Amino acid sequence: MTRPSDEQRRQMLVDMVSARTQSRRMWNLQRQGQIGTMAPIDGHEAAIVGAVHTLDPSCDWVLPQYREPVALYRYGPEILEHVMLYNIGHPSGGHIPAPIRVLPHQISLATQIPHAVGLAWGLTLQDDPGVVLVFFGDGSSSEGDFYEAGNLAGVLGAPVIFLCVNNQWAISTPTHLQTAAESFAAKAAAFGFPGVQVDGNDVDAVFDAVHTARERALAGQGPTLIEATVYRLGPHTTADDPTRYVPVEDLEAARQRDPIARLRTELEASGLWDDTVHADVEAAAIADIDAAFEKAKSTPLEPDAMLDHCYSQDTQRLARQRAGMLSGLGDQDAGGRIS
Amino acid sequence: MTELNMLEAINECLHAEMARDDRVVVLGEDVARTGGVFRATDGLFEKFGENRIFDMPLAEGAIAGASVGLAIAGLVPVAEMQFLGFAYQAMHQIAGQVARLRYRTQSRFDPAITIRAPFGGGVRTPELHSDSLEGQLANVAGLKIVVPATAADAKGLLASSIRDPDPVVFLEPLRGYRGIRGEVPDGEHLVPLGSARTARPGTDAVVIAWSHQVELACRASDRLSEEGLSIRVLDLRSLVPLDLVAIAEAVDSCGRVVVTEESPQTGGFGGEVVATVVEESFWSLEAPVVRVSGFDVPYPVGMVEDSYVPDEDRIAAAVRRVLEVA
Repeated sequence: MTRPSDEQRRQMLVDMVSARTQSRRMWNLQRQGQIGTMAPIDGHEAAIVGAVHTLDPSCDWVLPQYREPVALYRYGPEILEHVMLYNIGHPSGGHIPAPIRVLPHQISLATQIPHAVGLAWGLTLQDDPGVVLVFFGDGSSSEGDFYEAGNLAGVLGAPVIFLCVNNQWAISTPTHLQTAAESFAAKAAAFGFPGVQVDGNDVDAVFDAVHTARERALAGQGPTLIEATVYRLGPHTTADDPTRYVPVEDLEAARQRDPIARLRTELEASGLWDDTVHADVEAAAIADIDAAFEKAKSTPLEPDAMLDHCYSQDTQRLARQRAGMLSGLGDQDAGGRIS
Repeated sequence: MTELNMLEAINECLHAEMARDDRVVVLGEDVARTGGVFRATDGLFEKFGENRIFDMPLAEGAIAGASVGLAIAGLVPVAEMQFLGFAYQAMHQIAGQVARLRYRTQSRFDPAITIRAPFGGGVRTPELHSDSLEGQLANVAGLKIVVPATAADAKGLLASSIRDPDPVVFLEPLRGYRGIRGEVPDGEHLVPLGSARTARPGTDAVVIAWSHQVELACRASDRLSEEGLSIRVLDLRSLVPLDLVAIAEAVDSCGRVVVTEESPQTGGFGGEVVATVVEESFWSLEAPVVRVSGFDVPYPVGMVEDSYVPDEDRIAAAVRRVLEVA
């Protein structure tokens, strides 16, 4: 078993606490009407942070689904800035700048999985040493893209790590209505590569599993499917009411397995963490997200920005629509000859 | 110049583009070892090897989805849908991801992806092998839709499509693969996207068409010329970008318009062309515009398909109708 160092474990707890703190700040901002729908991270921190801490950001790619970006500090503070830009609805939210090897998060579930395989394949074809880590959930594993991508990755032997964060709920649908398989990891058997289950509340176990998968990928041994089992401690998103379907006793039991409480207890026992450190981390996380929010709000927005970046150059039609928009006439198409 | 059919022109172009730019990779079902079910990719595997052209598992969504990843990695994928009707199984990736990669990353990545697909009827294929989906695809912002009608354009437009930084759906008429032949410029030949072509000059009426319908419209024009009529044929070459200027010029010159296409009528791209004609040239129109198209049913089976796909008789009859208006 590959164990993270004390310093790695401390840094992972910093990232986990920061992610939860900032996610809760975003919840409040959404409730204030200042940002759009967001998906709380509570309960997923160890699965995400433990995984990305095995990666080398200079060469490895991360393809997040929608819940992960707030926990990707390892890839730089720009990620948080783009989370806030995205959430206030600024078009630049999707432009995570080069050379950061993170794609904008994916809303259309599972579509990022074939992208990950193509990207990993493309790296191999160009002798780029990176691996690709792609996140998705238990619900996404029912999409055709998961099966098509898993099958393709197996055929290609692509350096990709499939990380299924099984939080046991796809909005309101429990896992037993998602699959009759004995696990999500078991599905790897059909792809011809290993599938492993880990306790996603145990950051060390996640770290070990992803580290092993990365070593396999780097050695040319191909993909791995990892199922990290967690429990979604909050609603699916700000638009969800889990009291309609989550059994109270299940939620209470899951709270006893909180990934942050677990790692914090261990680090406190080792003298690596205490209440003061915890409070400092939370305060810094709030300061960072508030700064990112202010920066996002003051990011310039041209009146026709929504028409940019659809094509490398405007088509004749789009150029006319742009001219119509900018003319202030409310006329979508300034072309044509009406008189 | 060399006389080639469309298939030979496409094959020549693929050889040239792969030789020119080693970022170009070809992927699809049966494209490598057998050279494609129509042989469009013949010889590429032998010439460029297994790191440039790939026989893919039979999953259109993964072909389109992997192309997104390859483009992010900096490659220039040329993906083949074996038949356009199969692209329904990739539509979530084509419309939801390929088309939006530039937009959602605000141009961090160039989605320099070309998706080639044969389409259109008339060759007695099984179900879902002949469907014309260009109107559906043209309604997806971010895609370019290229529809060559000649062998020379197949070469010149495909080269431009592969070099274009935006995603292109490049549609190849099944009936044209071996049925359309013509002189093709040797060496590098580029035809810009968004530039329509006058396939037949004329002044009495204009038939606006694309892909194989251009060939049929030209036959109708030739036949009507024997009756002393001067019927222009405008070959759009690409639906997105659409050459608004060429459409306006043709309609202003001729005053009477027929638009022909193979797809079902409702929601077909022909409706977009008619709307453009009305917006650009309403005051030049001397008669109502007539549309010729397939019918509002699924592409039918072999015994009836010849009544479904517009032929030169239907196009000629439509031209006579617009000419009857005083």
